[in-house]
Amino acid sequence: MLHIFCPHCGELRSEEEFHAKGQAHIPRPLDPAACSDAEWGDYLFFRDNPRGIHHELWVHAAGCRQYFNATRHTVTYEILETYKIGEKPRFTAAGGAEPQAVDQGVTA
Amino acid sequence: MSQVNRLATGGRVDRSQPVTFTFNGQTYQGFAGDTLAAALLANGVDIVGRSFKYSRPRGIVAAGAEEPNAVLQIGSTEAAQIPNVRATQQALYPGLVATSTNGWPSVNTDMMGILGKVGGKMMPPGFYYKTFMYPQNLWLTYEKYIRKAAGLGRSPTEVDPDSYDYMNQHCDVLVVGAGPAGLAAALAAARSGARVILADEQEEFGGSLLSTRETLDGQVASEWVDEVVAELAGMANVTLLPRSTVNGYHDHNFLTIHQRLTDHLGEVAPMGMARQRMHRVRAKRVVLATGAHERPLVYANNDVPGNMLADAVSTYVRRYGVAPGKQLVLSTNNDYAYRVVLDWLDAGLQVVAVADARSNPRGAWVEEARARGVRILTGSAVVEARGSKRVTGARICAIDVTALKVTSPGEVLDCDLIVSSGGYSPVVHLASHLGGKPTWREDILAFVPGDGLQKRECAGAVNGVFRLGDVLADGFEAGVKAAVEAGLSPVEGSLPATEARHEEPAIALFQVPHDKPTARAPKQFVDLQNDVTAAGIELATREGFESVEHVKRYTALGFGTDQGKLGNINGLAIAARSLGISIPQMGTTMFRPNYTPVTFGAIAGRHCGALFEPKRYTAMQSWHLQNGAEFEDVGQWKRPWYFPKAGEDLHAAVARECLAVRNAVGILDASTLGKIDIQGPDAREFLNRVYTNAWTKLDVGKARYGLMCKEDGMVFDDGVTACLADNHFLMTTTTGGAARVMEWLEIYHQTEWPELKVYFTSVTDHWATMTLSGPNSRKLLAEVTDIDLDKDAFPFMSWKEGQVGGVPARVFRISFTGELSYEVNVQADYALGVWEKIIAAGQKHGLTPYGTETMHVLRAEKGFIIVGQDTDGSVTPDDLNMGWCVGRTKPFSWIGWRGMNREDGLREDRKQLVGLKPIDPNQVLPEGAQLVFDPKQAIPMQMVGHVTSSYMSAALGYSFAMGVVKGGLKRIGERVFAPLVDGSVIEAEIVSSVFYDPKGERQNV
Repeated sequence: MLHIFCPHCGELRSEEEFHAKGQAHIPRPLDPAACSDAEWGDYLFFRDNPRGIHHELWVHAAGCRQYFNATRHTVTYEILETYKIGEKPRFTAAGGAEPQAVDQGVTA
Repeated sequence: MSQVNRLATGGRVDRSQPVTFTFNGQTYQGFAGDTLAAALLANGVDIVGRSFKYSRPRGIVAAGAEEPNAVLQIGSTEAAQIPNVRATQQALYPGLVATSTNGWPSVNTDMMGILGKVGGKMMPPGFYYKTFMYPQNLWLTYEKYIRKAAGLGRSPTEVDPDSYDYMNQHCDVLVVGAGPAGLAAALAAARSGARVILADEQEEFGGSLLSTRETLDGQVASEWVDEVVAELAGMANVTLLPRSTVNGYHDHNFLTIHQRLTDHLGEVAPMGMARQRMHRVRAKRVVLATGAHERPLVYANNDVPGNMLADAVSTYVRRYGVAPGKQLVLSTNNDYAYRVVLDWLDAGLQVVAVADARSNPRGAWVEEARARGVRILTGSAVVEARGSKRVTGARICAIDVTALKVTSPGEVLDCDLIVSSGGYSPVVHLASHLGGKPTWREDILAFVPGDGLQKRECAGAVNGVFRLGDVLADGFEAGVKAAVEAGLSPVEGSLPATEARHEEPAIALFQVPHDKPTARAPKQFVDLQNDVTAAGIELATREGFESVEHVKRYTALGFGTDQGKLGNINGLAIAARSLGISIPQMGTTMFRPNYTPVTFGAIAGRHCGALFEPKRYTAMQSWHLQNGAEFEDVGQWKRPWYFPKAGEDLHAAVARECLAVRNAVGILDASTLGKIDIQGPDAREFLNRVYTNAWTKLDVGKARYGLMCKEDGMVFDDGVTACLADNHFLMTTTTGGAARVMEWLEIYHQTEWPELKVYFTSVTDHWATMTLSGPNSRKLLAEVTDIDLDKDAFPFMSWKEGQVGGVPARVFRISFTGELSYEVNVQADYALGVWEKIIAAGQKHGLTPYGTETMHVLRAEKGFIIVGQDTDGSVTPDDLNMGWCVGRTKPFSWIGWRGMNREDGLREDRKQLVGLKPIDPNQVLPEGAQLVFDPKQAIPMQMVGHVTSSYMSAALGYSFAMGVVKGGLKRIGERVFAPLVDGSVIEAEIVSSVFYDPKGERQNV
């Protein structure tokens, strides 16, 4: 069971208080109408499945109800950092460019 | 003296306390302090079970967790049954009842054994895969009989009388194992002030120190154990957990410990005690001092009762005062195994010979044995055991370990006990649970824990350290290190003096050669629990299974409750040799929790029965109970389903309730609807973005129905939202969707639109809701409220604040039945009183309480959807014929708009929601029934939709349904058919989904 540091509560808490909400940093396109069906499909359905560093969105569901991001290693399950929405991760996959969604996002 | 194998003196058992128990129906006696295995051996019980596949007689081999054969069923009553208990780990208690798991009609005369001898040659690895493959649909039948014949343990069929516990723990240092390394580690960590948990699976702390012939400070080693345990027990920062197996090493230093609190006292826990407890520990550091298991040698007929591990025999002799035989032969490749020879001699018993695979062993223990007159045959090994139900002799030959050949005809020595030792396999299970691959060390011929990311140290034998003095030092050092890493100051300590002794290294030997090739030699067992032989492993590699994981699955090596404790290293050594690769190239299989079996009771803890899941009740629950409601589960809520009168079934009650609402007035407890209070200057804009329809012009005092979609354009919730003030709204959601919608609103607000000033608060439990519905509802409500209910003053789709039943209330004039309706919301604390006042006032208006079933029928008569019943995540608003609820010109691209305008969302032949009217008005379509246009077509038929809601309508006088049909909205008037499982077909006409009062006049009065 993971031990997750909630950046809002400032505490390490057990995984059972949290929900994982999938890959982080996938901003909603600012102008959905400008997206082709394929681009919209990418935004909706396609996610990375990396072996290694992964940025994930979590919510402290049974705690403060706040969303935050976590950088987790998908092999070792080590959580390298958690950070608030709008902040940038300190740890990224070495050399690998972060996949960009179809349009610039606001904050996510 | 019935305990034929009990020595006259010695052991840690209490001879003044005889304990009576039964095994396979026969009564025996042991002593307090015995394990069940020790007591069985003391009584000369050779056969404890029959083997899994070949049904060969099997006896006790080991003295601990690695025992493969003595896996018994415990319990005198049905409710007390526990399967898969290792006799070596079960303390003896008065009245213990144990039975063999395998063996019919008895373990001594086994019918399957005869079949097994015939079948033996016919049952190579993969036998089941090869034989029972076709026809596929018969596999379930085969499996049932195979399992019965294999005789795996069985679960009780009655309710467990015991209770079980959870306990969440935090500590600085968790020490796993209380042998020499674990005790030293715990001592070091505890003295530094660290919060320490010390857990050990055995009845007593001490591990190998309880039976070793080695001394500490010149005294019996167990005296040092007593001192250390006493010191630890006196420290407030130390928790001692005996009878506690650390079964799983999970992510982020989370470990589960299965503690057996009362299993040593009896089969049912004493009154007021939990039987077992699961500790869920988050440890800053962990010290794994899990020790090592002795590895047997693999030789022919090595499964005949009377073949045992060297170490185990020492343990039985020295710890339990039991000698499981009279004449001992040892086959070994290392120095440590000679301890059993000395222990055996000390007990006054005969050592027939030692076969040592090494050519010139000169270690101190070897010399001591030699000096005491033991015949040592060097460069030799036991190649074959003689005997069927008990060892009668050992054939010892000279062998060439490099060429793996027998080099002399050898001799057969009479004996009744063969003990073997092929070295030690560190217990790397816990260290490997998170994927750290064990590392092979050629110098000690063993895998040791590999690198792990976990915050742990390994100490003692698990680390490949076997010499007692080194083990103690390694343990102490690990304890200091763990404490320092946990933030404490290091301490120094002195360790007891150990004996200095010359030791010589072991020689690699796993499978002992035989004069015949492996495939033709008598069976050489590798994994006794799963009946895997050396020949079977060779065959698997010949058939192309080269990965260790494939070999495991093909042969069943390391399966079951055994998890390869005894056989894995030998098995992969044989596989590696067959493939011509090295052992580290072969690698180990994955180690997974749990280390030994855990009862379901311990896993469930208190989370069973009434505590399995919380139940949610509305404020009116007591009234519902008093008035005979039948209940329906909706999520965690208990909702009144219907209120039957005497003699009424569901259908009669629902018909009566429906007519009451249509003709007079009914009352429904709608408190479970999700309610979210939304405030902030941008609340209205936020609603515009999450609902499909427009909210810009909703005036204060008005309410509106809204549909919510996901980004893919599919409907996922609906409900009415009221404008309480310009920056204040009250949203309702479906009962089951309340939490989901709340999280949905939050995720969009927090991650996409944090600039919007809006706040969400769940108020589902704060408000109780009672719905008055029916033509008399206005007259009734007027009697209990000060609100002006005039149809113009309080029109449809608006809400008012006022007093109802003497308390402040919000009343919403909205309708889910199509009738004139008022939803009265009051603070939940007041609700029961208000409800009772309305019920009393309702007498003369024909007020009838109704439940969810009637609500479903009434809404369906009006064509109102229920999200999750009429939708399934693949339905757009247009599919529901609810295009009126889609704000096609809203400026912001709200959630769902882009998604529903994908090419696929615009297809004309999408499945669309329509009404279905069975041609026979008495036939009710089954919900979920598939629909076709042509019932005469060949199977598989082309399915064009399905029934989503279907009822008999008392108001209409006929059955009706809703369903989705491909292009259904353009097919009004056409026929569809529902072919049913029994071969019958129900024919229905596609009609409008609004069956009752299509113009909506009844709610606008």
